[in-house]
Amino acid sequence: MNTHFLQVQGLKKSYPGPGKSPETVIFEDANFNIEKGEFICVIGHSGCGKSTILNILAGLDEASDGVVIMNEKEVSGPSLDRGVVFQNYSLLPWRTALQNVTFAVQARWPEWSKERILEHSHRYLDLVGLKGAHDRKPSQLSGGMRQRVSIARAFATQPQLLLMDEPFGALDALTRGVIQEELIKIWTESKQTVFMITHDVDEAILLSDRILLMSNGPKARIAESVKVSIPRPRKRTDIIHHDNYYTIRNHLVDFLVNRSKLVSEDESAKQPYPKEITFPE
Amino acid sequence: MFNSIKLKSALLSVVLLVLLLGVWEGIYQAPQDSKPLTEYELLMGGATQEARVPPPSEIIKLGYEELSDPFYDAGPNDKGIGIQLGYSIYRVTVGFLLAALIAIPVGFLVGMSPLMYGALNPFIQVMRPISPLAWMPLALFIIKDSEISAIFVIFICSIWPMLLNTAFGVANVRKDWVNVARTHELSHIKTALLVILPAAAPTILTGMRISIGIAWLVIVAAEMLVGGTGIGYYVWNEWNNLNLASVIFSIFMIGVVGMFLDMTLAYAARWVEYQE
Ligand SMILES: Nc1ncnc2c1ncn2[C@@H]1O[C@H](COP(=O)(O)OP(=O)(O)OP(=O)(O)O)[C@@H](O)[C@H]1O
Ligand SMILES: [Mg+2]
Repeated sequence: MNTHFLQVQGLKKSYPGPGKSPETVIFEDANFNIEKGEFICVIGHSGCGKSTILNILAGLDEASDGVVIMNEKEVSGPSLDRGVVFQNYSLLPWRTALQNVTFAVQARWPEWSKERILEHSHRYLDLVGLKGAHDRKPSQLSGGMRQRVSIARAFATQPQLLLMDEPFGALDALTRGVIQEELIKIWTESKQTVFMITHDVDEAILLSDRILLMSNGPKARIAESVKVSIPRPRKRTDIIHHDNYYTIRNHLVDFLVNRSKLVSEDESAKQPYPKEITFPE
Repeated sequence: MFNSIKLKSALLSVVLLVLLLGVWEGIYQAPQDSKPLTEYELLMGGATQEARVPPPSEIIKLGYEELSDPFYDAGPNDKGIGIQLGYSIYRVTVGFLLAALIAIPVGFLVGMSPLMYGALNPFIQVMRPISPLAWMPLALFIIKDSEISAIFVIFICSIWPMLLNTAFGVANVRKDWVNVARTHELSHIKTALLVILPAAAPTILTGMRISIGIAWLVIVAAEMLVGGTGIGYYVWNEWNNLNLASVIFSIFMIGVVGMFLDMTLAYAARWVEYQE
């Protein structure tokens, strides 16, 4: 019956209001599924609750209502099956790049020998293009390099679901482009399921199979699920020439600019969200 | 080129030192020649002159003699300054290490658990402002051993800065780092050892540095009280003998040893420091 890899049903997060005032509902009625191997991006205005959803999926935060089911098991608490790339990298600053990765690999496979852990960690750091910087502390790395270590750490543990919170938010456009391509490369090889938050519409189109659009808070919803019907492999330089690129892009931008406000206000439109949207290839 | 400032400061330090000692020496010499003896001084047979603060030259001469044989031992009231300092350092070290042994684990507990924090905080807040010397009579009464009582006083005065700093450091470890531990399913023990301890280590070391500073301040006073051995006792004893050159030299040595104790911990702190 449950054929989806990950199911999110009726998820809600609210905080108690100040004093006796009613609770503040950040988002509610969030329903969506993710299939194995899918790359999902989430877009929405600041403060609508994207990070909160991601933290609930990670098991770091608790939902006020609703369930998250992965592999037919309810998610309760963090697990090595769900790797997280945090918005601010979250590397341990007293450890070198390599030690930050071995830390994770050792936690994942405690039975492995030292050599095997080292070999595995070196491989993933090389994969994200950090050859020659393995023994540097995070403070000696640029923002882009730190984010690569963070990505290497997450991929090295081979989690079933990879959660990324605006992983490229703090990077300049050039670095961003390079790391995006590396991410595509690793993702293609590993067939990992990815759930990623971004503010960047073009990034979402380049990377994802499907884009979830969140309406504005309070009482935000996952309003739409837009299929990115552009064939892979995709290249940053090529996809802009694909017929669907601007159709999808305009749709996303229109949502963010015009419709994201309306959905939460329109109580009568209590349809089963999200609306599935596909543009034929 | 890069240490030209350093060089200049060092030079200036030397100049200031020479100036200071020169003025001091000068003041000492000056009145002797000019002023005739007052009636009072005549009555005292010039005894007041002996009680004057001795000049640097005398102190340096004494210091040289003391330091050329610091560990001689000629009975309970005549030991080298090295032996006396050794006793004090020994007491401070033992008291300080015992305090660390208790303060760091308890601080960890208090920092990690809001419940323990709430429960222990009233005790800490009341105990902390008590002058460590106020414990001395009670310690002497219960322990009945002046040596252990002195160590106890050191223990009690070094425990608070370490405990509070450990608790503060542990409680303020960045949430992200704890989340990294959680997403990697680390056990509580492993989280404490691999994430919280290294993250809080600089704050803990700062607490240890404050503690050893206070301990060194307190040991002098404590030894003046309990007597027997130690640099504090020595200073007091020399004062009773009116041997002021010796008193001043001891004061200087207390400063030097205190500086070395602090430098040792500052050096240790460099090992655990990290840059975010
Ligand atoms: N402890 C709290 N109490 C009350 N409200 C909170 C609390 N924590 C977060 N919020 C609210 O929850 C909302 C969602 O926060 P969240 O960090 O998930 O937003 P976001 O969509 O990730 O935003 P951004 O894109 O800026 O990162 C915000 O409006 C925030 O004000
Ligand atoms: Mg966020």
